[in-house]
Amino acid sequence: MSDERPAALITRADWRRPHIRYGIGGLHFLLLVALVVAGLGPLLWLAKAAITPTADTISHPMALFPHGAAWSNFRRAWVDVNVSRYFWNTVIIAAGSWATQIVVATTGGFALSVLRPKYAKVINALLLGTLFVPAVVLLVPLYIEIVHPPIVHHSFIDSYWAVWLPAGASAFNVILVKRFFDNLPREIFEAARIDGAGPFALFVRIVLPMSKPILGVVSVFAVLASWKDFLWPLLVLTDPNKQPLSVRLPTIQSQTELGVFLAAMFIACLVPVAGFLIFQRSFLRGSGLGGAIKG
Amino acid sequence: MSAVSEIEVEGAALTRRRHRARLSPASWARRGGLTTFLFMLPTLLVFGAFSWYPIFRTVVMSVQHTNLVEAPTWVGLDNFRAVINDPLFPVAVKNTLYFALLALIFGYPIPLAAAVLMSEVRRGRGLYSALAYLPVVIPPVVAVLLWKTFYDGGSVGVFNTILGWVHLGPYPWLQSQSWAMPSLVLEATWANAGATVIIYLAALTGVNSELYEAASVDGASLWRKVWHVTLPQLRGVLLVTMILQIIGTAQVFIEPYLFTSGGPANSTLTVLLLIYNYAFGNSLGGDYGMATALSLMLAVFLALFSLVYLRATRSWSTE
Repeated sequence: MSDERPAALITRADWRRPHIRYGIGGLHFLLLVALVVAGLGPLLWLAKAAITPTADTISHPMALFPHGAAWSNFRRAWVDVNVSRYFWNTVIIAAGSWATQIVVATTGGFALSVLRPKYAKVINALLLGTLFVPAVVLLVPLYIEIVHPPIVHHSFIDSYWAVWLPAGASAFNVILVKRFFDNLPREIFEAARIDGAGPFALFVRIVLPMSKPILGVVSVFAVLASWKDFLWPLLVLTDPNKQPLSVRLPTIQSQTELGVFLAAMFIACLVPVAGFLIFQRSFLRGSGLGGAIKG
Repeated sequence: MSAVSEIEVEGAALTRRRHRARLSPASWARRGGLTTFLFMLPTLLVFGAFSWYPIFRTVVMSVQHTNLVEAPTWVGLDNFRAVINDPLFPVAVKNTLYFALLALIFGYPIPLAAAVLMSEVRRGRGLYSALAYLPVVIPPVVAVLLWKTFYDGGSVGVFNTILGWVHLGPYPWLQSQSWAMPSLVLEATWANAGATVIIYLAALTGVNSELYEAASVDGASLWRKVWHVTLPQLRGVLLVTMILQIIGTAQVFIEPYLFTSGGPANSTLTVLLLIYNYAFGNSLGGDYGMATALSLMLAVFLALFSLVYLRATRSWSTE
């Protein structure tokens, strides 16, 4: 999506007409104002309130620092409320979920797209099928499976594996990566095979290095999804010392004063917002791809 | 293709098949079958254990009584009967439909209008899409709890303060039965609209510019071009985003759970919240049978609905 794409709906000739120029220009300006207020406004308010004394936020929520700032909110949240611990828990959960998703999506995509065994069709159909099953159907049996696993007979409650492994079962990822592999030039694979490269060398030395864009997309969405996840970690991680920020925040709200709680909320936003600003292209590209695949 | 060559081809295929059938496990491994299988293994294990098996279990558990202590017992359709006879069931269905309807009214036209307008921005389009997408990356728990602060019903709540500047309110955002659901939908729309905007923007780049040129040559006004070129070209994606939004809103959980716990007076109790309450809301042990029965009913309803929807709109989307 480059900014230089010639506008097609409104032609150059249209733009020269004053009523269109000012009319559309005015609409664009209004849209920008609305987007700043709606998109950025709540975050800015959160940032402001996170460093405002609780009493001020409660009595004058829209005033700007009537009695100075309270940077101590952050220290109290990070240290006294133990947000540091929950923050690192969130990082550990996101890292593990990312790793399983990448391993499953790349190996599965490689097998289905490049190696193509006879049973690939069946597995493809089964993967596509899961896209049509709403996530809620999995909730209860998956929970029971974690509490009473069929073969292992050892509860995975309070183990990070209970979050990491199910995260890998994203058909969306596998299909996205498979479609990307499908479009890689086959001649390169043939050339590599003639040079004696086995499937493993083909995977590590050729396919993976060529797939950085799609791996970037899968990665940002894997980390974001894990950071946003709430219900599943709430069910399987019952020990507060293992819970991620999202699960702790409702409890923190009921146990701390507003200023400290809002500082904790701000900390919870930092990683996804910073990640979005840095990897904007991957985010927006992936979001567009989402529409294309689902369609 | 003549009959003879057809037979020949079939014969060749047959020999090939017979040849394959004779492959011993050892030569299958030597030909790379084993390596391929090893590459497939993570997908098979993870999806088998955490997707395909649980889907199968849902169906089994919905006709069983499970309490995690004794062996499950077969109860036939009792779980389904119990759900249908639960007085909260029609309430949850009604609330979920209401949520979906409000979400369509709030959330369907706005992203489309924003995207059409944004695609004609000449400078700084990246800024527009970044701003629109920003709420999508905020963790839902943070978004809901932040909006809960905004929705404070007192005269010094954030929204009530702002509306107070123009002498409106104070409004009981989450405290009143008639206000609670629209308040939830407003937050949900804010949180999700950006993703839809990006999908529309991507689709808009695919609109055939020759159609615009032809319309311009014919002297079509801007509004007519939007109505007769842009929207028809987006038909396919518009139909998909609508069904996706309906499927998504049918599973709304985090908003009613964190904003209102289904209250006041069950006015925001949704189907998913009811499933959660059946399975995990009771400290004495959940009714997993009723929970799986209701989730199965929801899934089947959504599948049938999608099927009917796709059938009904097929002619329109491929016209």
